[in-house]
Amino acid sequence: MSLNNATIKARLIEKFGDQVSGFEEPYGMLTFEAPKDMNLKVMQFLYDDGELRFQFLTDLTAIHYPDKSGKELAVVYHLHNLADNIRIRFKVFTDINKPDIFTATQLYSSANWMERETYDFFGVNFVGHPNLKRILNVDEMEYFPMRKQYPLEDQTRIDKDDAMFGR
Amino acid sequence: MPETITHHHVKLPEGSIEKATITLNLGPTHPATHGVFQNIVELDGEKIVSAEQTVGYIHRAFEKLAERRPLYQITTLTDRLNYCSAPINNMGWHLACEKLLGVQTPKRVDYLRIIIMELARISDHLICNSVVGVDSGAYTGFLYVMQYRELIYEIYEEVCGARLTTNIGRIGGFERNFSNTAFEKLEKFLNEYPAVLKEFENLFNRNRIFMDRTIGAGPISAQRALNYGFTGPNLRAAGVDYDVRVHTPYSSYQDFEFDIPVGATGDCYDRFLVRNQEMWQSLRIIEQAYRKVQEFKGADAEVYHADAPEYYLPPKADVYTKMEALIWHFKIVMGETEIPPGEVYHSVEGGNGELGFYLISDGGRTPYRLHFRRPCFIYYQAYSELTKGSMLSDAIIVMSSLNLIAGEMDA
Repeated sequence: MSLNNATIKARLIEKFGDQVSGFEEPYGMLTFEAPKDMNLKVMQFLYDDGELRFQFLTDLTAIHYPDKSGKELAVVYHLHNLADNIRIRFKVFTDINKPDIFTATQLYSSANWMERETYDFFGVNFVGHPNLKRILNVDEMEYFPMRKQYPLEDQTRIDKDDAMFGR
Repeated sequence: MPETITHHHVKLPEGSIEKATITLNLGPTHPATHGVFQNIVELDGEKIVSAEQTVGYIHRAFEKLAERRPLYQITTLTDRLNYCSAPINNMGWHLACEKLLGVQTPKRVDYLRIIIMELARISDHLICNSVVGVDSGAYTGFLYVMQYRELIYEIYEEVCGARLTTNIGRIGGFERNFSNTAFEKLEKFLNEYPAVLKEFENLFNRNRIFMDRTIGAGPISAQRALNYGFTGPNLRAAGVDYDVRVHTPYSSYQDFEFDIPVGATGDCYDRFLVRNQEMWQSLRIIEQAYRKVQEFKGADAEVYHADAPEYYLPPKADVYTKMEALIWHFKIVMGETEIPPGEVYHSVEGGNGELGFYLISDGGRTPYRLHFRRPCFIYYQAYSELTKGSMLSDAIIVMSSLNLIAGEMDA
């Protein structure tokens, strides 16, 4: 195994300097973040570089952190280098009031529906996407249901004491 | 886009839309879709000009539901993803949880899990391949092999009490040990199934009609398949030997000897052959796992779960007599166990490819965010590219040979 987390990290820092940050290795998977207008540059570099070759998009999704002001939405990419069999996780954060992120569809055909799903549930606006419309929910829906301000159960119910059971 | 005809013999009423192509809806409920999803195909005669897929008819908001459920209650959600191989989903979820919680499972548990997972893979491929037969006009194979799916379901029933939506196993192991009947049924399966699979292959593999229908139908190159995020048998049929069981072994798959069958052209015929070969490999794995399970002697032969009292329910007798067991029992059942904070991605080789669980915990009692990587959802995008320019009957067979499961697409 030639490629390891340390090498990937070094290559990224060499190329992008302090623009890539927040390096972590939870459960062995290299995780880092970049500014949101850099997402395509970073992914293109990871794709094209002869040593890194992250050419398989495993997963694309978003997370909502309502308390992180200005960085409420995180878009998470899981990339896989199949030749060296190593995975990385790459995050970009965006303001929920201006959730514009460049689309990865030019790089990965698989990103098409994954981005539509992310738009559908979190309202991330993928700039340049060929067909950005809802995919699993009905077209008439007016909100993005996976955001944390939409609780699962009716909050007017008084017969369940959440303070007691903590869910 | 449809072309406009400039001259015609029929006088159309005022305001009619003229076009040279026919729009045909395959689905949402149609015998050919084998599930609730839709294909809107634009036909020029019998040729497909374009196809557009619509999914979401059985969207059940699993990811939202999961944010209010303790870990053990999420297993039942995973049942309903790819319901043709529910045990793999269950095990994948347990493995993801165990990774987050740091629970080490004993070897015997790993091997028992592998037996169940490989049985599930066989039942999944069995359905897919026999349905490819049905959709190409050969019903016999389907009826013939269904008896053995039934036997697999009986084994599940013996282990967990359920057949389709199994909810099999627990975090840390199984809810109970395998009974003798379960092993007897497994032995029966191992003895009888090879002959059945051989017969099934005899019916199809070199059948001229079947070959003519499937060879060259819906092909995809390795390059395009990777770009489209294909995994599992569909990717391997295109010639890429990526298998999660080998690349990132989980549940002690590294202890087993098996091959990864690959195809070349990625067409329906290759997908069919790859799935058939995988069933033989699964049989090999089950035989090895069963031998390994039999090697455990004495107390080791009774182990069926890890020692993880915070997450694994204590025996009921202890709940009534021991204070500690009562506390654990209460905390688990009421969902009061705090999950350690962390971020985990764990994937298993599902029936259709890499089934991933991306689990984020903020230290609360339920996941902060859970995302399922559903292989079906990702590769179904390629459908319009696969069928463009082919005949309508090919489009049907491509649909069944991709093994599209509505439950897995919609989550």
